Amino acid sequence: MSRFMIERRGTAVLAGVATAALALSACGVASTSSGGSAGELTLWTHNAGNPAELGVINQIVADYNASQSKYTVKLQAFPQESYNDAVVAAATAKKLPCVLDADAPTVPNWAYAGYLTPLDLPQDLVSKQLKSTLGNYQGKLYSIGMYDAALGLFARKSALEAAGVRIATVDNPWTAQEFADALAKIKADGKYQYAFDLGTGDSGTEWWTYGYSPFLQSFGGDLIDRNGYKTAGGVLNGDAALKWASWFQGLVKNGYTPAKSSTDAFADFVNGKSAMVWSGIWHSGNLSKLGADGIVMPPPDFGNGPKIGGGSWQWAVSSTCGEKAAAMDYITFSLNKKYLAEMAEKQNVIPATEEAAAMVDGWQPGGAKRFFLDESAKYAMIRPPTPGYPFLTTTFAKAAQDIIAGGDPKTILDQAVSDIDADLKANNHYGF
Amino acid sequence: MPALVLIVVFFFVPVLLGFVLSLTNARLTSPQGPQFVGLDNFTRLFSDPLFWKSLRNTVYFGAVVVPLQSGFALGLALLINARIRGINVYRTVYFLPVVTSIVVVSILWTFMYQRDGLVNHMLQAVSFNLIQGTDWLNNPSTAMPAIIFMSIWQAVGFHMVIWLAGLQTIPGDLYEAAELDGASTWQRFKYVTWPGLRATRSFILVTITIAALSLFAQIKIMTNGGPLDSTSTVVFQSVRAGYEQQQTAYASAISLVFFVLVLTVSLVQRFLTRDKD
Repeated sequence: MSRFMIERRGTAVLAGVATAALALSACGVASTSSGGSAGELTLWTHNAGNPAELGVINQIVADYNASQSKYTVKLQAFPQESYNDAVVAAATAKKLPCVLDADAPTVPNWAYAGYLTPLDLPQDLVSKQLKSTLGNYQGKLYSIGMYDAALGLFARKSALEAAGVRIATVDNPWTAQEFADALAKIKADGKYQYAFDLGTGDSGTEWWTYGYSPFLQSFGGDLIDRNGYKTAGGVLNGDAALKWASWFQGLVKNGYTPAKSSTDAFADFVNGKSAMVWSGIWHSGNLSKLGADGIVMPPPDFGNGPKIGGGSWQWAVSSTCGEKAAAMDYITFSLNKKYLAEMAEKQNVIPATEEAAAMVDGWQPGGAKRFFLDESAKYAMIRPPTPGYPFLTTTFAKAAQDIIAGGDPKTILDQAVSDIDADLKANNHYGF
Repeated sequence: MPALVLIVVFFFVPVLLGFVLSLTNARLTSPQGPQFVGLDNFTRLFSDPLFWKSLRNTVYFGAVVVPLQSGFALGLALLINARIRGINVYRTVYFLPVVTSIVVVSILWTFMYQRDGLVNHMLQAVSFNLIQGTDWLNNPSTAMPAIIFMSIWQAVGFHMVIWLAGLQTIPGDLYEAAELDGASTWQRFKYVTWPGLRATRSFILVTITIAALSLFAQIKIMTNGGPLDSTSTVVFQSVRAGYEQQQTAYASAISLVFFVLVLTVSLVQRFLTRDKD
């Protein structure tokens, strides 16, 4: 699945231990120029477990190798669960491949750690891309994506009609009040066990940040003060954040959403357990099981505009790559609209450019899938582009889980801010 | 000699590195190398409410599991030490959870502990719907007891086998002599079995304690330390800090404190169970 996942390190603790061991033993080992022998570029990708996405990448690599004779790109696919660990281990051993993909929020961390080199791509190519497919750090472009993902408020039209609430659109989203009314009315109808399933069954970290921090941002809070990236104080525990927290907790307290959703909240929605579910574009295929009754809407506007998370897997070039120009050339080649279109079609993702969208059924203006592109262009907010993101996301995810579990919002958020600020200080604010 | 190399590489080097790293600000990924920061990590650790909570949870788990699991294992061992037909079947059944991976066991029990899971259905069935049961792993007051129950069930077979081995080293003529002297079942246990298990007892006490204090896999799979940190343990906190949060040095500090804790507990146990003759 081409989601937002940073990956779940817990399942790869051993790999992590190996990483640490490598980190300690690799000091002083003479490094060889990495990324393949002369004329050969190695490419790493996270999607070994996803045949559809891997198929497209394989196709691009084969086409590129056939298109010229100077370089050969050699692809190595990893399972997503151990991908980040493999990259960190390889970086410590100075054995990174030339071209690699990275989950958008980890890009600043890897750029800061010196794994990546800024991309040098034709300006007209970059300017065509959706903003959320560009991985910028300190004013430089480090990664670029072939697609993006998007969140959506999936609902049953019949449930909304029965409750007498209007259907929200990208141009005319619900207000906080309208959303509250919808929840109350759907609950009063009593037809569904839950009015709105948040999808809290995923105990991994990244979903919690990707899925629920946009609500916080819509209330006017954030994970870190993006003005300087020096503190989380005031934004993660200010008035807006506290309002978000009590709203978030209220969803459970009022019985609108389960404290712990089942592992597949979308299946529960399709099976009629819930009237609305908070999920993403990767489930839009399953929505068709409901026929005309299945609709998708943008999130409500809680005051600061509707927000959804932006940034999915993106391509980058390692700093140890011996053939940087060739690596840039390959990435430029891979961003051909033909491949973006193919990826969008096979993978249920948002194509990164308008011209690619024009080539795929349903993505043209007015098309059935167009909603996600419009929503993403208008409301996507990338996760904070700071090297400190791994700490931010784990801390926020834990805070959100504690809030859902019924803890005191103020205590939880104050603790999160103090943890984040301590980490920022310990790292000299990550160079900011 | 090979043993020495292994113990140096996999024991002394990591312990030493853990000690050194805990005094630095080493990170998993960082452009700057580690710098010496003195006792900063420890100051931070001792003022971290999560650490104290994790420590309390770890001690709670150990304090319940050690006596319950060893006692229960001894009971089972005494039961299956009998010479009855098909005794090997019972032994195998009790031992079965031990040979099953703790990861598999944890995933299965996670499903069983759900609100509409097997555990609640069984409670309803035996109590004629009087007991409704809760969402065991998502309720701060039941999450840890639920994990304790499962952990004992999973590991009790192992210690049962060790008790059994101990029981079988006790010469049968001692029991015969006791019987001739008219000793009751309880007296036979108290004066023959219990003293005969002295070495086994110390071994079981130390191994269960160490295993209990290093509680991690169940937590990682079933609750991720939640809800509201009610199941966070010292090892879990250390792994989370070291890998998910990339704070190598802080995690080393936690590990070091854990090392000292386990060492102290083991030494105290050794002292209390020493040969007094």
